[in-house]
Amino acid sequence: MADKVLMKGNEAIAEAAILAGCRHYFGYPITPQTEIAAYMAKRMPKIGGTFLQAESEIAAINMVYGVSATGKRVMTSSSSPGISLKGEGISYLAGADLPALVVNVQRGGPGLGGIQPSQSDYFQATKGGAHGDFHMLVLAPASVQEMAELTVKGFDLADKYRMTAMILADGTMGQMMEPVSLDFAAGEPVEKPWAVTGTKMARPHNIVNSLFLKPEALEKTNFERFERYERIKETEVMYEEYMMEDAEICVVAFGIASRVSKNAINEARAQGIKVGLIRPITLWPFPEKAIAKAAEKCKKFISVELSMGQMIEDVRLAVNGKAPVTLCNRTGGMIPAPEQVLAAITDAAK
Amino acid sequence: MVVFDKPHALTDVPLHYCPGCTHGIVHRLVAEVMDELGIEGRTIGVAPVGCSVMAYDYFNCDMVEAAHGRAPAVATGIKRSDPDNIVFTYQGDGDLASIGMAETVHSAARNENITIIFINNAIYGMTGGQMAPTSLPGQVTQTSPYGRDTAQCGFPIKVCEMLSQLDGPEYLERVAVNNVKNVKNAKKAIKKAFENQVNGKGFSLIEVISSCPTNWGMTPKRALEWIDEKMIPYYPLGVYKDRSAGK
Repeated sequence: MADKVLMKGNEAIAEAAILAGCRHYFGYPITPQTEIAAYMAKRMPKIGGTFLQAESEIAAINMVYGVSATGKRVMTSSSSPGISLKGEGISYLAGADLPALVVNVQRGGPGLGGIQPSQSDYFQATKGGAHGDFHMLVLAPASVQEMAELTVKGFDLADKYRMTAMILADGTMGQMMEPVSLDFAAGEPVEKPWAVTGTKMARPHNIVNSLFLKPEALEKTNFERFERYERIKETEVMYEEYMMEDAEICVVAFGIASRVSKNAINEARAQGIKVGLIRPITLWPFPEKAIAKAAEKCKKFISVELSMGQMIEDVRLAVNGKAPVTLCNRTGGMIPAPEQVLAAITDAAK
Repeated sequence: MVVFDKPHALTDVPLHYCPGCTHGIVHRLVAEVMDELGIEGRTIGVAPVGCSVMAYDYFNCDMVEAAHGRAPAVATGIKRSDPDNIVFTYQGDGDLASIGMAETVHSAARNENITIIFINNAIYGMTGGQMAPTSLPGQVTQTSPYGRDTAQCGFPIKVCEMLSQLDGPEYLERVAVNNVKNVKNAKKAIKKAFENQVNGKGFSLIEVISSCPTNWGMTPKRALEWIDEKMIPYYPLGVYKDRSAGK
């Protein structure tokens, strides 16, 4: 089925999840991601799956916890304020080493904020997102095609590393329509001997748990989890480089900001400015080595974001003082225009 | 000859509960029911946050530890994943009737085919005896040191009465475990709550009026008497809903 279909980003996520073998979806309505729930409500009953509109985001993420404990692929989706409510459950998933897919189609914040696109949950997504020592795998799509591809990838990575994978999209990605190829198959099933499927009186009982009252035991599980994170940092980083071969100025941007930046970079190149783009696809693990390598030759870095500047901190850490890093941003639901990014680039080229 | 033995569905891990606490009795009743119905191998229990947080160590079936109050949502996920498995939650009053009230009400409204064992001892035990949503008017606790003042902090929540107003739930009964007769009735109710699930009937909740001698500041014997004198008059025992009764 190589044919392309025209889909909204939110619908592409939903269909890709089904193709990846997810048969359980729990959610609570919130703009701008509700199309995912609506799509699942239509599709799941027809394929023997479960769609359940939960009483709250808190309940939804705990239903996810329950299904994941039984070893099956499961997901929920929400937007920024709802993701805050899911934080508790996300922390428990991490503590119990349970895989899950969580989609955040971001809107502006803080508080109730607005319903227009934003990237201001970057800190929340990449630095843990709730209490305790943990990370999520954070995947940032920049097209409807990637909304689908990274959903499939997210399920695979979540199972492989027993952790939450988050699709960190934004309202633009969720709402825009693009042709998408849905040529996916469910990955190889991962053995889950830890799952609670009933002992059948044939094995000792399995316990899914995040409580470790002995500090030595809790420290050990956290050390082990972070050893896994180190392996992820070595092997799972994804990013795109655009016109970086001879670049003297490096723009760093993800999601919708990267598309705006590409337009600006094309215009700047036409003016003879040597500028390129590093687009992180995984926000955690962050492509710090690619940026550190760029810092060996680029004189200036610009972080383009739909926030007050959150990813810029990771860019600065990777650049490590070798070049100035400036912010080019809009926030609160506003999107930088290519002209604004172009102005930042021409400024940097002076 | 009757031989008194430990149910298979209980592990050999020593219970951590205080002397005179009735959690041990209720654990045993749940385990006996699992044995009698032959369901241990396909049962998944969900432990709460509270005194019974470590129930996952005590039951021999597969177990999941839930966040505070979220056990009915976690149980919903487990049941929807494997409807042929038997899923129960074991929750206290703070867990079920305070922080987890939304999960309780909505799993009941959905008639989720799960079994809930609800321990009402009118106090937060694990954290050292604070006022619970079910603490009685005037009851002295660490956070109601002058007695629960209903003008300031409202009235106790009668969970069975409240849930009985919903169309969803299949079976709601309040029992106690403070004497032999009540324990026998509690066993019957718990067994029926599990049988309902085996038969696909839906949401069953058994509220068990229990004692907490440590945090009530009483001897175990006095605590059992206090159940008769104070708790049961406020929380009358009986069936609050049984949709299949008389059918």
